[in-house]
Amino acid sequence: MVYKPEASDHMDTIQTTLIKDRLLDLFEKQQEAIRGSATPMVNRIRQHALSRFRKNGFPTPQLENWRFTDLKPLLNTEFVFDFSNKSRSMDIEKIFTCDVYDLDTFSITLLNGWFVYKNAPLTKLTNGTIIGSLAKAMEVYPELTDQYFGRAAKVEQHEMAALNTAFVQDGLFIHVPDGVEVEKPIQLINIVNAEHPVFLQPRHLVIAGKNSKMTLVHCDHSLTHNVSFTNTVMEIFAEENATVEHYKIQNKGRNSALVTNNFIHQKKSSNVYTNMVTLNGGFTKNILDITLSEPECQSEHYGLYLVDSNQHVDNQVYIDHAAPDCHSNQLYKGILDDEARAVFSGKVLVRRNAQRTVAHQNNKNILLTDDAKANTQPHLEIYADDVKCSHGATVGQLDPEAMFYLRSRGLCERTARQLMMIAFAGEVVSKINIEALQERIQHLVEKRLKGELSICDQCVLHCNSKEPTTFNIDMSKI
Amino acid sequence: MLSIKNLSASIYGKPIIKGLSLEVNAGEVHAIMGPNGSGKSTLASVIAGRETFDVDEGEISYMGKNLFDLPAEVRAREGIFMGFQYPVEIPGVSIANFMRTAINEKRKYLGLDPLTGAEFLKLMEEKKKMVDIQSKLTNRSVNEGFSGGEKKKNEIFQMAMLEPRLAILDETDSGLDIDALKVVANGVNKLRRKDNATVVITHYQRLLDYIVPDFVHVLYDGRIIKSGDKSLALELEEKGYDWVKKETA
Repeated sequence: MVYKPEASDHMDTIQTTLIKDRLLDLFEKQQEAIRGSATPMVNRIRQHALSRFRKNGFPTPQLENWRFTDLKPLLNTEFVFDFSNKSRSMDIEKIFTCDVYDLDTFSITLLNGWFVYKNAPLTKLTNGTIIGSLAKAMEVYPELTDQYFGRAAKVEQHEMAALNTAFVQDGLFIHVPDGVEVEKPIQLINIVNAEHPVFLQPRHLVIAGKNSKMTLVHCDHSLTHNVSFTNTVMEIFAEENATVEHYKIQNKGRNSALVTNNFIHQKKSSNVYTNMVTLNGGFTKNILDITLSEPECQSEHYGLYLVDSNQHVDNQVYIDHAAPDCHSNQLYKGILDDEARAVFSGKVLVRRNAQRTVAHQNNKNILLTDDAKANTQPHLEIYADDVKCSHGATVGQLDPEAMFYLRSRGLCERTARQLMMIAFAGEVVSKINIEALQERIQHLVEKRLKGELSICDQCVLHCNSKEPTTFNIDMSKI
Repeated sequence: MLSIKNLSASIYGKPIIKGLSLEVNAGEVHAIMGPNGSGKSTLASVIAGRETFDVDEGEISYMGKNLFDLPAEVRAREGIFMGFQYPVEIPGVSIANFMRTAINEKRKYLGLDPLTGAEFLKLMEEKKKMVDIQSKLTNRSVNEGFSGGEKKKNEIFQMAMLEPRLAILDETDSGLDIDALKVVANGVNKLRRKDNATVVITHYQRLLDYIVPDFVHVLYDGRIIKSGDKSLALELEEKGYDWVKKETA
């Protein structure tokens, strides 16, 4: 069963291609529904973002950051929009059995961009942590959402973030109070399941208070092979001495497009770690924009992309060292097969006062065919004089000497290739700090590189069983 | 076991081996010596199946099979082992995982069941002792960050694990200090059996103090120009290669 807008809905199916004027028109007509329960402050930020979108429209390859990634082919599809939450009362426990064995998480599901309510739209853990729907959080905790919402997302420079902000309705909200360590990882499962091509814009807001600690595991996946386009914004605020780990696993269908705009704001001595694993996805662009606004921040970012056929993956990382004594590190690695295309553009800005900055940046690509292509642009812009910075990028094939070495010990070419690819990917996988998650990702990467993982494996975190797990979402129960 | 007849081989059109013949029987140790550029490493590579070399003429039969019909990995499974002059670093692949995969691929080829984890570990412990290798080495990535001596020891360890019928050691002594040389030679000697054979390719005589060959061959300009017993190696050490070159000119 796939999600079908029902005839009884108070609104007719809203459908349009992604043309700026049509979207602006759509906003005019639907603004009552879109504004919904958002706070006046959020609506003011929305209005500002809308004006930015009116001015800038969709990004084009004329822009440096979109030089090799062209949205145009996607924009001509007629997408269905849904401005009301049809999944709010869905009891996820009934339709979805989780078979995670050793990864104990607090899990949250978004279906087609909307929060799926389990028991309550917002849950307050005994330690005070609030986890739930952003739409609901704006009603219940407006002082929190107003304090943070839109403060990290740079809608001036990011066209897609402006579009998301203009249409913001729902997504994930997390607030970890000062001094609280959330023991279990919080897992966000982002499901796209629709019969028609859908355009979705979930919005996430994560606030880690002073001296707090949290881990977020974020999975993006699609349940059908239908066309979908997700444009998401995540804002993460790490207050003084907070530690945030953010894992993102993307295993989407070939017909899905995903643009993720991730903005991270780090305060003094905070620690943020991200790891982005793209196993599958027709079109993926991940933007990671980090501001180290106060001294002594640690910021570590890893990425792995394994793409084949005509998949396209683009990782854009920007780190703004705006304060002294911060350390940042980036390592992005990719294996490209068939006619796949990968883009990496990384920029580290070290401002004049950001003395004693340590910043490293590295992107490594393996091309398995002559038709696969990687464009990589590591970039450092340094205005301080006492810094330790490095950057590097490689694009190459599997080392033929190593291949011969392995074969000379009796490994067939296929096994030798697999062993080397798994080892290559392993450098990123080994950085995953949650043991159970690391094992699972390692297993998935191995499956992927042996050609055994497909979209049928659905939620990547739930495919520990030999049989591909399927989400049998029975919509009659919704 | 190994019979090379009138072999000629080239790389990118440049002839390196020019009509070489050699017979190696079970239980024998052969040493191939020669100056730089004489074709020693090429010979090892051609036997191991490195595809960058073209075989222009001649034949190699191994255990009655035409070696050229077999790709490198099948040669390995049939019992040919080449110790590399420059062992390759493979980051991220542990020696233990590598060896387990290699052994089980060989066993599969021979129609045997794969070794269980416990069996494999037992075998590994046994062989580590045999070649005097530190236990932590096997958990590390293949050759990554190894010293020259560690790399060569690791080659001998792999040889012990794979129990080849025919081992070709390409300049295994190069870059080794005397202690490492003794360890390597000791390993090779322990692995000597009546039913296997070893071909030691070396530049210097000193390795042959520890691995005593039955035959010594002098390779020069792609041909074996002189063969003899171990005393030939000593004579070479004393008089240099020019002596043989003049004698055979």
